[in-house]
Amino acid sequence: MGRRFRRTAANALFVGACFIATALALTALGLIMYSLLRQGLGGLDLNIFTKSTPAPGSEGGLSNAIMGSLMMCAAAMVIAVVVGLLAGTYLAEYGGDSAYGHLIRFLNDVLLAAPSILVGLFIYEIMVRPLHGFSGWAGAAALALLAAPVVTRTTEDILRLQPKELREAGMGLGSPRWITIRKIIWRGAGGGLLTGALLGFARISGETAPLLFTALNNQFFSLDMSQPIASLPAVIFQYALSAYDDWRRLAWAGALLIALAVLAANIIGRVIAARGSHRQ
Amino acid sequence: MTLPDIASPEALQAQADAFITEPPPETVKLRTRALSFFYGKNQTIFDLDVAIPRNSVTALIGPSGCGKSTLLRTFNRMYDLHPGQKATGEILLDGKNILAEKDIAGLRSKVGMVFQKPTPFPMSIYENVAFGVRLYHAKSRAEMDQVVETALRRAALWDEVKDKLQTSGLGLSGGQQQRLCVARGIAVEPEVLLLDEPASALDPISTAKLEETISELKRDFTIVIVTHNMGQAARISDNTGFMYLGRLIEFCPTSEMFLKPRAKRTQDYISGRFG
Amino acid sequence: MSEHTVKAYDEELAFLSAETARMGRLAVAQVRDAVKAVVSGDTALGERVIDGDAELDLAEAGIEQAAVKLIALRQPVSVDLRDVISAMKIAGNLERCGDLGKNIAKRALVMSGAKLRSPATGSVERMGQLVVARLGQVMEASRDKNIELAAQVWRRDEEIDQQYDALFRELLTFMMGDPVTITASTHLLFIAKNLERIGDHATNIAELVHYQITGDPIPGATRPKWDALQ
Repeated sequence: MGRRFRRTAANALFVGACFIATALALTALGLIMYSLLRQGLGGLDLNIFTKSTPAPGSEGGLSNAIMGSLMMCAAAMVIAVVVGLLAGTYLAEYGGDSAYGHLIRFLNDVLLAAPSILVGLFIYEIMVRPLHGFSGWAGAAALALLAAPVVTRTTEDILRLQPKELREAGMGLGSPRWITIRKIIWRGAGGGLLTGALLGFARISGETAPLLFTALNNQFFSLDMSQPIASLPAVIFQYALSAYDDWRRLAWAGALLIALAVLAANIIGRVIAARGSHRQ
Repeated sequence: MTLPDIASPEALQAQADAFITEPPPETVKLRTRALSFFYGKNQTIFDLDVAIPRNSVTALIGPSGCGKSTLLRTFNRMYDLHPGQKATGEILLDGKNILAEKDIAGLRSKVGMVFQKPTPFPMSIYENVAFGVRLYHAKSRAEMDQVVETALRRAALWDEVKDKLQTSGLGLSGGQQQRLCVARGIAVEPEVLLLDEPASALDPISTAKLEETISELKRDFTIVIVTHNMGQAARISDNTGFMYLGRLIEFCPTSEMFLKPRAKRTQDYISGRFG
Repeated sequence: MSEHTVKAYDEELAFLSAETARMGRLAVAQVRDAVKAVVSGDTALGERVIDGDAELDLAEAGIEQAAVKLIALRQPVSVDLRDVISAMKIAGNLERCGDLGKNIAKRALVMSGAKLRSPATGSVERMGQLVVARLGQVMEASRDKNIELAAQVWRRDEEIDQQYDALFRELLTFMMGDPVTITASTHLLFIAKNLERIGDHATNIAELVHYQITGDPIPGATRPKWDALQ
């Protein structure tokens, strides 16, 4: 009887601990979403999308920051996906077991865990200082450097999940390796690869620290990536700390926008991944 | 009367030749000479000589780990994909040594393979079949339609899929997927078709259909099949090779092997007496 | 022979060979007793032989059933398949021997009832002993898996045929010399013919035993067949 009781008790204890931990995490998430919605919804109007950041006391929006963030994220994702996809494919398909492959994987993992402010500082040292100026490109480069390891990692993992028979089947038909990878393996892993890219996007969309050293900020609407450019996280950082209520309201609205964008990206990713697996 | 027993691997090799019935030389499509295979330092096939006759089904049987799948995978150099694996000796396809072949993709287009697990590509049924053909031949839409239909018909799958050629190959049942893999393999018109336990994941009806397909295909191809299912080897093959510990113990017409095997090892294995 | 991984398989094969051996002993006894009944005019013995045939039929049916079941469930190959097929066919041959023995016993009763005697009875007895010995030997060969003994039985079938031929002429001579003996001689002629056919069954069994053990027919292929009517 004793043993059985102990086992039941241990089981209940463990399940209970799991339940409480999950509840804690969900509560924290719920509180964040609640305060975001409560504080941010009020400031969310058409002006946000049409007007640039204002001087204190005057009417304004976040259009310059939204556009800046969009452009830098887009540029960063293009770089990160190209680099990450190729690097991940190399690790999974070609040199994964070589010394060079192990080195790359190790460095990638280091980069994956690197504090984003260090990445900002690094880009500052190699791009901003030598070129004598902050720029959107530098911001994009910093973001790309943060997203690429995520894409690399997920790409490698997803490709390794593809059955080895699929590769053998492709090459068994006389297909060269790179065609097999491109037309069969990538296609089979499509949903997973997209998820990787979206994870990378989620990682960089809220980054502030690297942008402070690279893209800086810009009060005005600008499409010129070679000049300092505004971004949502940087504006939130600046406005949230300010003493002006209307600036703080804009900061909350910006935060809500980022949260919604990440949420949307996640949902889209899930849907696509689900549709991909449905066919099987 | 007791059949000669074989104890040590060396004795096994020494006596092996006594139980090999060579097919007539002019019928031989594929032949190995002193073939050895290594996984790293580990040798898994030992000086193996086997002759596979053309336009027939040759079954390779033997207990797990006897090297039959490994042997099969040397015939299209599939082992090349995996570092640390190497083959020595000769494998002659129509007299030409494929171990010395430089154009491996070309070799593989001549020696097709179907695997244990059905592996349709993540694309439509049509594209699955067309994939291999596109690699080597530029064909018009109409020509390609014809090639796809012919391959699917020969694999006895056409009637089941002709109305859904554009749907994903992954949506088919296991048996249909496997026949799709056969169709894909024969669409490129190989000379030899290698089958690695192709029915082990299929139900009896799908298995029967696949076996019927294989029997039909031997008119055009040289087929080598590895199987754990002795009944299957007995049903569909013309010749059977029994392998043990990386060596070919016995090779002869299938009816002979199943009625009166010459080696005791073979007899014990096929009659379910293996320890 | 090493054992099967599946024990029940061995037991089923063992049942077949044990039953075949038992049938062999029965058949030998039936034929021996039938000939004895002819020679001695012992009607009780003749009755026993006639009644005893049912057991051979039963045993044959049992073997056939077990063999069919084993083929269906175990799909035997190689030596196992040959064992099963041979057991079935040997049982069939033994059953026919039983029938022929029964026919001899019936004739013994008829002859004894009608007090028919013939001077050729002694020759029939000798032929009967020879046939019984052959049948016993071939079953011994089957039990011991002795291909030499089986081949010997097969080769020596000629002796039986020659004895039959001699007996045939002997009986003809008696019938021509003394028409009173025609009825008795005709019965004996049929009995001799039955014995000759039991001998043929023994050679059939010898061929089966050889095939069962080696997978090949007895070397020498078609045996020149003696036929008294030629």
